[in-house]
Amino acid sequence: MKALAKWIADGTPWVWLNAAAVSASILLVAGLLLLIGVRGMGHFWPLEVQRIVYQQADGSELVLAGQIREEEKVTASRLRESGLEVAEGTEFVTRYLLKTGNRDVIGQDFRWILEPSIISTGKPQSMVVFEREEWGVFIGLLIGVREAGQLLEDADVWGSFQNRLDHANELRDEIRDLEKSRIGRVNYRLERLRLKQRGLEIKGRDDAAALAEIESNRIVLQKEYEALEQELGDLYTRLRSDAVIVTTVDGQELELPMSSIVDAHRPNQMNLVGKLGYFFHNVWKFIAHDPREANTEGGIFPAIFGTVLMVLLMSVFVTPLGVVAAVYLKEYARQGLFTRFIRIAVNNLAGVPSIVYGVFGLGFFVYTLGGSLDRLFYPEALPAPTFGTGGLFWASLTLALLTLPVVIVSTEEGLSRIPRSIREGSLALGATRWETLWRTVLPMASPGIMTGMILAVARAAGEVAPLMLVGVVKLAPSLPLDGNAPFLHLDRKFMHLGFHIYDVGFQSPNVEAARPLVYATALLLVVVIVLLNLVAIQVRNRLSERYRGLES
Amino acid sequence: MNSAHKAGPVKIAVRSDNFHLWRGRKDRLASKIIGLGGFVVIAAVLLILFYLIYVVTPLFLSAKMSRTVLTDNPAWLKSETSFLALEEQQQVAFRITENGSAEFFRLNGLELLESTEIVSGGRNVAVAMGAQGDSGLVAVAFEDGMVSLLQNQYSTDFSAGVELRKIIPKLDFPYGSGQRELMPGGGITGLALSDNEKELVLAVAGTGGRVRFERSLKREDFLSGEVSLEISVSALDVAFEIVAITISNDHRWLYLGDESGRIHFISTANMEVIQVVQVSDTIITSMNMLLGGISVLAGDADGNVTQLFPVRGGGNQYSLKEIRRFEGQQAAVTRIVPEQRRKGFMTVDADDNLTIFHSTAGKVVLTEKLSGQPAALALAPRASGLLVLYGDSPAEFMDIDNEHPEVSFASLWSKVWYENYSGPEYVWQSSASSNEFEPKFSLTPLAFGTLKAALYAMLFALPLALMGAAYTAYFMSPALRRMVKPAIEIMAALPTVILGFLAGLWFAPFLEENLAGVLSMMLVMPAGLLLFAWFWTRAAQSARNLVKEGWEPVLLLPVLVVLGFVSLEFVGPLQDMFFKGDLRTWLSHEAGISYDQRNAMVVGCAMGFAVIPTIFSIAEDAIYGVPKSLSDGSLALGATSWQTLVRVILPTASPGMFSAVMIGLGRAVGETMIVLMATGNTPIMDWNLFEGMRTLAANIAVEMPESAMNSSHYRILFLAALVLFMFTFVVNTGAELIRQRLREKYSSL
Repeated sequence: MKALAKWIADGTPWVWLNAAAVSASILLVAGLLLLIGVRGMGHFWPLEVQRIVYQQADGSELVLAGQIREEEKVTASRLRESGLEVAEGTEFVTRYLLKTGNRDVIGQDFRWILEPSIISTGKPQSMVVFEREEWGVFIGLLIGVREAGQLLEDADVWGSFQNRLDHANELRDEIRDLEKSRIGRVNYRLERLRLKQRGLEIKGRDDAAALAEIESNRIVLQKEYEALEQELGDLYTRLRSDAVIVTTVDGQELELPMSSIVDAHRPNQMNLVGKLGYFFHNVWKFIAHDPREANTEGGIFPAIFGTVLMVLLMSVFVTPLGVVAAVYLKEYARQGLFTRFIRIAVNNLAGVPSIVYGVFGLGFFVYTLGGSLDRLFYPEALPAPTFGTGGLFWASLTLALLTLPVVIVSTEEGLSRIPRSIREGSLALGATRWETLWRTVLPMASPGIMTGMILAVARAAGEVAPLMLVGVVKLAPSLPLDGNAPFLHLDRKFMHLGFHIYDVGFQSPNVEAARPLVYATALLLVVVIVLLNLVAIQVRNRLSERYRGLES
Repeated sequence: MNSAHKAGPVKIAVRSDNFHLWRGRKDRLASKIIGLGGFVVIAAVLLILFYLIYVVTPLFLSAKMSRTVLTDNPAWLKSETSFLALEEQQQVAFRITENGSAEFFRLNGLELLESTEIVSGGRNVAVAMGAQGDSGLVAVAFEDGMVSLLQNQYSTDFSAGVELRKIIPKLDFPYGSGQRELMPGGGITGLALSDNEKELVLAVAGTGGRVRFERSLKREDFLSGEVSLEISVSALDVAFEIVAITISNDHRWLYLGDESGRIHFISTANMEVIQVVQVSDTIITSMNMLLGGISVLAGDADGNVTQLFPVRGGGNQYSLKEIRRFEGQQAAVTRIVPEQRRKGFMTVDADDNLTIFHSTAGKVVLTEKLSGQPAALALAPRASGLLVLYGDSPAEFMDIDNEHPEVSFASLWSKVWYENYSGPEYVWQSSASSNEFEPKFSLTPLAFGTLKAALYAMLFALPLALMGAAYTAYFMSPALRRMVKPAIEIMAALPTVILGFLAGLWFAPFLEENLAGVLSMMLVMPAGLLLFAWFWTRAAQSARNLVKEGWEPVLLLPVLVVLGFVSLEFVGPLQDMFFKGDLRTWLSHEAGISYDQRNAMVVGCAMGFAVIPTIFSIAEDAIYGVPKSLSDGSLALGATSWQTLVRVILPTASPGMFSAVMIGLGRAVGETMIVLMATGNTPIMDWNLFEGMRTLAANIAVEMPESAMNSSHYRILFLAALVLFMFTFVVNTGAELIRQRLREKYSSL
């Protein structure tokens, strides 16, 4: 007892509680990363399809097929409250969330089923999961393949299906290429012609000769467009000529056009290697493909692309500015009241809520600067705004302002690690201050600058609130970088990973179906940001080790 | 770097003077450019601050009015005017003369465009009254008791280009050119008109307290689309002289003003007087409806204007309540003119003063002395121009610059009694589908929500961050510290959109399922930990040697996991005992505490998670920076390490820890995505842990994309941003000053 009293009097319990605070913080981070990791990976893993015979509330039997997405224990009282019948004496009931797919047939993708009502389960080898362009997945059995209206008499139905699917995918690639790049180019040039004509009208130089030239160009482009349209029509006819015949698990027969099927797999026949292969196949599709069905299915390529481009552009703005400011603070300014003000300003820039940057960006960059730019340089497009609306350029500038303190602080830290003797040596050899800076100090501080840039990029990649106001959209019709001059379209709106998470997770009509995709997107974003930060930490540690010797 | 050591025989090249001149120039140029770099940072902060102020300022500027005297009245304008209206572009006006002609004229040069006699026979007009809003419908009552309905309409001709557009007026009779006899025998003194999709309503007051109320139901023929009217008339005779009459836009209520300062509140369903309200000691001199037709404005002979509207009480009974009183005029109010797009109005008094008010803001916007008592006056639909006719002296046109009358300090921060509400309240509701909507711009619930979210976040974050920082800086072994610090940095780098998404889609449902378990963790964890620690100190030396001093957090990781699991799994029986099976249901059914799935507790945890690393890092730096000599001295005097920490280290580092807390608070106040995703974003004012809120930042994110540039709404959102900016500016500047002071102190020790 005495020992306990002394233990308390020493304050040791408090030390333990403090230690626990550290453990709790670490646990929170680890738990969160683990949660995102597991759930995010789960999106790509091919789940097996269960065939379940289920007893409905009215006693009738129902045959279902689907993938079990969740399992949870619910108190029986809760189920009784919601009007379900649960046998007396049971306290907890396990229920499963079954992804049944087939939204076009049964009207819903998901359903909860109660464990006690399951009569039997099985995993038929032949169950196929079809991913489709619309209506979500179809889960059922493959019966036959129709090529150009003709039912194929092939014993290996799956093989001939794969064959036709590859063929369809080739056609789809061709169509995408035609639509996105070739027709897109003609449309873009037609739009430029329209703007040119409008510009001439505004300037009052729309004489007959100029108009005739525009008209003749337009006719050429129209011809080109019609030819492409014809080609596209042919491709679509060929794509739509194939179909597959499938049945749902309860025997309903359907014909799905091949054009609607993106991919298919038979999870119940896959072994671990097959599943792993399919897992990576899914990861690739997720990273490299465009989204489908209001972003709830398919890939996130445009969001990745938009984020990367925006972040690169932002680095171009923020790095020189941040480095110059840091160099001024550390190397040039006399330490006094003014540098104190600058430091306070830097701290304020770091502390101002990001949404305030968004408001400022919208008001100052988009409406004030963008509006003036439009009036000066793009009067022909008015009243449709060019730079007077949110876009890539303004978003990058806004985020450059937001990440400026990150670069300054990190560069300053890099500069302060460089021993004084190096600068003095350089100056003593007759170098000017600029030469000292450019030839010796900056190269030595480059890891610090790198760290700053990496941290700024990591911060910008995850920032959403200001971007919502200055140019991010849920679905951009075209990428901001393409084959049409001037190639980089700074005025275009773009997609962003962070906003994608917010939009799909909270604004989409089918949150249940979209949730795995949101976890996967979150996982990608977290992995990128954690990696960037780890690299920054490494670079910084390397830097401090490097100059330790010089300091003594 | 190695090149310096590898250099062989030194070659000395003699360079020309020009080269050195050039070097010097380059050096000076570089100094200038780099000097600019420092300014840019300050300039950026000032630019943000001043731009926000620049956008917000017009909200608080007073309104202005400039007057133009038009040319001398031409002969056609000499006749008395019964009714005057102005179209949207303020180019063409419409008037009804006392002798019954409808005239359109151009303001520029007072050119008469069109003159039509409403009814042939030269009868004189008794009263003419326009309908609410900008339909252009006018009812004209003649002295013989007949009433005509007509409409002034305008179209724009762009054929000569946008700049030279021409307004083409048109007189229309939408309900036929025939007349209706409303008050046989004449003697009409007052007239009220209201028109909506379903019915057209006319009310007239005559001498001797006669009231006639005509309701015309509109029936549309399905095939031809033609509208026919089904008319019913009811009558009421009162025992006083009626000085003013109006009807509400929903046609349920009729208001009569009398000579002894009373307003009679009448139901049109059965023409019964429900209530008589004394609004003034003197005579009621003028009465009109505010935009939307809910509020009545009554002016009296002393110059007061009273706003009233029916308030629904218990049992679906309505009673007419006096809402607010506007004082500003000195003499009897002769006219009340409502604005057509906003809840503002304008009065003229017997001393020729013109005053502009705004009802929601409850303030006088502008007062101006007119050149005389106006004979007629018309306000443009956007309330940006006013045409005044004076009879003999030349007419005047006033340009009114009154962009944001609805904003005042009181309307932003105090309780306001809005239309259709049963009492004054703090409400944020910025827009609705209807034009006649009264915007409710109270920032109070948003500021409240911001503080509530920040408070719960700090409750979660402070203990973990500060205690963790103290341990890491003072007790932790250096090797472990080198691992913990990057982990905390990673925690800081996690995007808030991910925290918000997990909070909204994973933690909120999880908490709803396991409310009792999560709450019990707060008790079970500390208690369990201390118990474990005690047994650990009593454990065999060999076991204790496994974990070196300064590595306790690693030892505690599995303990915490087990304790968390225990709290979640074994709370069931306790719940059964105390809360009838489920705490969540017990709260809403028994305790009467409402529970939203996305609530303050979810936000507190998620945002707490976001601010832990900020507070942790700065506090840890402050504690770690305390000179070693201080703790050495204390320990040498026999204090235990805990006593040293609490009595020596923490007091020294406390300014730094305080600034850490302030910066954390600043971050919590401005955080957007977490609150946006983890709350329901309803602007309510309630400290309930289990209800949501809407914060200033989330409100900006939600509403900014939809607000029209330079509208009041847009500027108020900028004001919200400015408030956030100023708050974090003060907090960050304070925190930075404290830290600079602390650094000086440490270096002197």
